[in-house]
Amino acid sequence: MSFRRRVQYFYVMKERVGEARRALDAWVREVVAWHFDPATGCPFWLDYAARLDWDPRKEIRAYDDLGMFGNFQDEWLRGGPVRRWVPKGYAERPVYVFETGGTTGVPKSRINIDDFRIDYEIFSERLPEEHFPKGADWLMVGPTGPRRLRLAVEHLAQHRGGICFLVDLDPRWFIKLLKMGEREMAERYKWHVIDQALTLMRAHDGIQCLFTTPRLLEALCEKVSLKKMGIKGIFCGGTEMTPQFHRFAVEELLDGVYFAPTYGNTLMGLATHKPPAPEDNYAIIYYPPAPRAMIEVVDPERPERVVEYGETGRVRLTTLTKEFFMPRFLERDEAEREVPCEAYPWDGVRNVRPFAPLQTKVVEGVY
Amino acid sequence: MIHIPLLRRGKPYRSLDTARAKHYRTGEVVAEVSQANSGLIRRDLMGQASARAALARIPARELMAISRRAARHFMEDELPLGETTQTPQQYVEQLSATTGLPYAMARRNMEKIRTVLDKVDEVIGGLTRHLDPRVLDEGFGEEGGTAMSYYPCADTLGVVLPSNSPGVHALWAPATALKMPLALKPGSAEPWTPYRMIQAFLKAGAPEEAFGYYPADHAGGTEILRQCGRGMVFGDTATTKPWAGDRRVEVHGPGYSKIVIGEDAIDRWEEYLDAMAASVVENSGRSCVNASGIWVPRRAEEIAEALAERLARVMPRDAADEEAQIAPFANRDVAERISAMIDQDLAGTAAREVTAERRGSGRLADWQGSRYLLPTVVLCDREHALANREFLFPFASVVEVPESALPEALGHTLVLTAITENQELLRRLLASPLVGRLNIGAIPTVRIAWDQPHEGNLFEHLYARRAFQRKEDRTAA
Repeated sequence: MSFRRRVQYFYVMKERVGEARRALDAWVREVVAWHFDPATGCPFWLDYAARLDWDPRKEIRAYDDLGMFGNFQDEWLRGGPVRRWVPKGYAERPVYVFETGGTTGVPKSRINIDDFRIDYEIFSERLPEEHFPKGADWLMVGPTGPRRLRLAVEHLAQHRGGICFLVDLDPRWFIKLLKMGEREMAERYKWHVIDQALTLMRAHDGIQCLFTTPRLLEALCEKVSLKKMGIKGIFCGGTEMTPQFHRFAVEELLDGVYFAPTYGNTLMGLATHKPPAPEDNYAIIYYPPAPRAMIEVVDPERPERVVEYGETGRVRLTTLTKEFFMPRFLERDEAEREVPCEAYPWDGVRNVRPFAPLQTKVVEGVY
Repeated sequence: MIHIPLLRRGKPYRSLDTARAKHYRTGEVVAEVSQANSGLIRRDLMGQASARAALARIPARELMAISRRAARHFMEDELPLGETTQTPQQYVEQLSATTGLPYAMARRNMEKIRTVLDKVDEVIGGLTRHLDPRVLDEGFGEEGGTAMSYYPCADTLGVVLPSNSPGVHALWAPATALKMPLALKPGSAEPWTPYRMIQAFLKAGAPEEAFGYYPADHAGGTEILRQCGRGMVFGDTATTKPWAGDRRVEVHGPGYSKIVIGEDAIDRWEEYLDAMAASVVENSGRSCVNASGIWVPRRAEEIAEALAERLARVMPRDAADEEAQIAPFANRDVAERISAMIDQDLAGTAAREVTAERRGSGRLADWQGSRYLLPTVVLCDREHALANREFLFPFASVVEVPESALPEALGHTLVLTAITENQELLRRLLASPLVGRLNIGAIPTVRIAWDQPHEGNLFEHLYARRAFQRKEDRTAA
């Protein structure tokens, strides 16, 4: 890129980042107004506000002001009553409850009404049509149970005019098997899941899109060529994915089938990956679905400080929807802070992985 | 910076995941080591049969000649190391830098490996009871007029290696001559030796398909052991326990090696002090063949005092000092944890740490910015928590035990040196399944005769004999 072009790009990006930030600040005011309004907010935040000597609806004028809440405590989401999270504005709506993986004790619960549909519809806009054709059927091989993932992927398929076939994997049982030292049983369970997936793919020619986890993807590719099975696009997520896995998948597993790594969770929603570019050398770069959620990378010792671009830190999530307000939640992940790009003029994260100081305590398994 | 790649069927592969091998003292990064993801290991091991076919095509005698040439290359040549090369001296220095092993000890281990590679005919002769190597080529043959047939139990030997001492690599070294491809996961602090050995084999003409080198995390090691028909795992009890019941995997955990002196020899104990000291201290006490117990019918206190007197003189020296006998801990915390465990076990008991009294200082020592555990001799009774323990430094307990309680009182003992001519005691020791390797006479436990199987017989681990008959072909005449 010439110097002149670089200067132009800089100014264009600066403008776009500014616009995105102004939109985020406006959205923060709207979401805070909703959650702290006695007519629409949820019992948890209304009780919380009652104990404050300041009014969030007056004081929170921009995204940065969310620091006034401090860090969202993970324990607030463990255990009941779950209805304290249901906004009064949605009191008449059917409510789902989704749980996090449950790798660390009592799972965290999040209520959901339409968020998972909205998140996946936004995500759908980013999927390339040639690899995830409209009308194609999907196969989801991964955790269903109390997780958002099953309904979300199914909705994604339906939203794109397809039908979603499902094969369940219970990650909690898998992890328990590993903890019990039952490696062979865990392996047999994995193949039980894979066998079911292969049966469905062989029986239904319409399946062209696949969601699965990295480990299950490896296992599937040990058995068949997904390309020969008619798969055109793979949406992969659920556990840590390293650049090496990304490269291995692209170079050795997929025969050219499009690979869309994702980072998401019950609490945040779904981040979108930056399309692969040679200069990224298989780094996995995600951008959050702003303004509905933001991902930042902060100094683990001083979480109020966002690290510099390229610097490593702990991942901090903020979820900003009318169903769920979660300011500044410190995730069990670390990553490098990534600069905004044209498609996503806000901060992203590079190479998300388990946060090192907590790493030894978590068994991830296949999910 | 040096980068050590994976070797996938002998070909270098630079992973995007890397680990850093650091200098034990300065913390400076000595090498960046590519890390294999589990899926990659599994995928490579899906092609095991063709790797084995590549070795099976080469006559065993030719593979033995390759091994002999590899011995020379390993010892003398500048060999590839990632995108650079490594001289023998660089190997010694790099090995020392990440493990703390003094140069002299690194060279002694190098010599051990060279011996096994060079004497592979004798080693395999010992393991196979001098089976004609052509039986490995043909799958059958005749021995003393009896038809026999052997078949391989695996297409690859997977080995999860430790970082504590490069001498252990001598154990898998004959596998190539036995026509068995290798999938090796090196210890995180010791990526050097297996890489250099593979390069020596390749330079000597071994087929590259026969070698997989996969630095990886714990999951990668598990994958290797799961996917290979035969395996070896080295490590502490926690590492090896999951494989204890798996007959495909030979477990090399703590050795609890010991010296026993019989009633008939105990009054001449001073004659055996050299053997005792060597058994405890050589290789900085890091090997499973180092003695961690001296078990005697009486005079334990005198022996403990004399051994302590000898071992208390061993002090840290520079890595390049030819007299260096002990290695520092690459991880200071490990030394401190071990020392605390010993203190805890000693507290409130009648056991006595004899070396501390002789030395007049504690067993933890700092020298040149490194943490050492100095040789330690404990005098205790056989029920004491330290009576049958093994640590990663020169440590021995001297224990009094009636001869009649042997060998049951010893528990599992990888190497037992029995200094006695009491035939009844020897008969009991020879009959005992608790004793892995038996030395009769004042042979240090660390002296390995490579024509003897050590902690399992590699040939018997890799091959099984089948019943075999062949009808004479009368039409051919």
